[in-house]
Amino acid sequence: MSTRVQLEIFEGPLDLLLHLIKKNEVSITDIPIATITEQYLATLEVMQSLNLDVAGEFLVMAATLVHIKSRMLLPAGNDGSEEDEDEGDSREELIRRLLEYQRFKDVAEQLGQREILARDVFIRSGTPTEEVPVPNLREVSVFELLTALRRVLERLPKDNVHEVTLDKITVREKMTLLLDTLRAQPGVLFDSLFATVKTRMEVVVTFLAMLELVKARAIRIFQDELGGPIQIEAAAGMDEAPAVLVTADGEEQHGT
Amino acid sequence: MEREEVKSIIESLLFVADGPLTLQRIQEVIEGSNREEIRSAVTELQEELERDRHGVRVVEVAGGYQMRTAKSNADSVKKFLGGRPARMSRATLETLAIVAYRQPITKAEIEAIRGVDVDGVISTLLERDLIRAMARKDVPGRPFLYGTTQKFLELFNLKDLTHLPTLKEMEEITLPEPPAEEIPLESTEEC
Repeated sequence: MSTRVQLEIFEGPLDLLLHLIKKNEVSITDIPIATITEQYLATLEVMQSLNLDVAGEFLVMAATLVHIKSRMLLPAGNDGSEEDEDEGDSREELIRRLLEYQRFKDVAEQLGQREILARDVFIRSGTPTEEVPVPNLREVSVFELLTALRRVLERLPKDNVHEVTLDKITVREKMTLLLDTLRAQPGVLFDSLFATVKTRMEVVVTFLAMLELVKARAIRIFQDELGGPIQIEAAAGMDEAPAVLVTADGEEQHGT
Repeated sequence: MEREEVKSIIESLLFVADGPLTLQRIQEVIEGSNREEIRSAVTELQEELERDRHGVRVVEVAGGYQMRTAKSNADSVKKFLGGRPARMSRATLETLAIVAYRQPITKAEIEAIRGVDVDGVISTLLERDLIRAMARKDVPGRPFLYGTTQKFLELFNLKDLTHLPTLKEMEEITLPEPPAEEIPLESTEEC
């Protein structure tokens, strides 16, 4: 017996579930848990056998489904027992999430059908411009960046052994802040990025944020001359290039 | 000033403008004009371009008016411009839809709806200036609250957020929305 499984790109476990629900022609509010769970697990197996990276979220959902299914297989307990309620809750919660996700999937599709700028309609300034290299500036190598980072770290006060940092800041947030700064002014000096930074952790987070943005081609790092001050600026055409949509996690892109 | 002249000036202004042009801005340029006169001239211009199947159209978008190529010419324009055609991935569309309807919203809240990690998508959307951090939510970790931008309206050819496609009602399930405690960011430039 061979099973033909057609693989699509699923946005996540909810997307896969909705696909299975549609395929089985059942309604979200009345899911045949056993069947759907079986098919869900089968799909995960295929994904794994193809060496596709099955994200953790898919496995969490698998556990939830198996849990709901096993609860349903148990003989009905006493009225109002906690376990019954538990089963009802996770099932209801799942239905609620599926309905909610379906709504947004629907409007997302509608948005995708609108006259999208640079896909269906164009504006005069919307011409994709070649990235013009700025004259007299040279790209900074990773080694120079690391040297600059070491200078910043050395500048930090050595005596603060007790680093109690409650106001944690993530790389993502630093990225946002840096982009905001570059939106407000054309460029910023590497050193001034770290001017107000007090802790090693924050230095590292800021540095990582900068690297992430370079990787995402959102910023460019330059210096006038070897050993000169390192400058950071927003990459040219950041706003005008809605064409390429490769997300940081290397997610596959497909048209609508 | 003669009506045809007003229309002609408006057309020129729309041609050179970098972004959507407001009626206010047009009125400032055309001396002695009033808002209604400008509005009806713009409407007339829109109708003429449409009727005579011009290659450019005037659309009302993001609170102003903008000159855009006719959709029917998309293929030729794309061929001329070359390069990769612009695409909107489902991840992008879904995330944008959630932010648009639920703003201000945190990353964790978006993830709860999509059921997947949205780190990569969010940073792409931030880079493309389609969403922005508007404030921070007053909960542990003080996460950013995101909202859509002017660029978002321009991308989807929307006059304003009230012109988003209608979100279907949740069938028999009501979700109480706890009011979000917000702390405005220092720089909340309004676009």
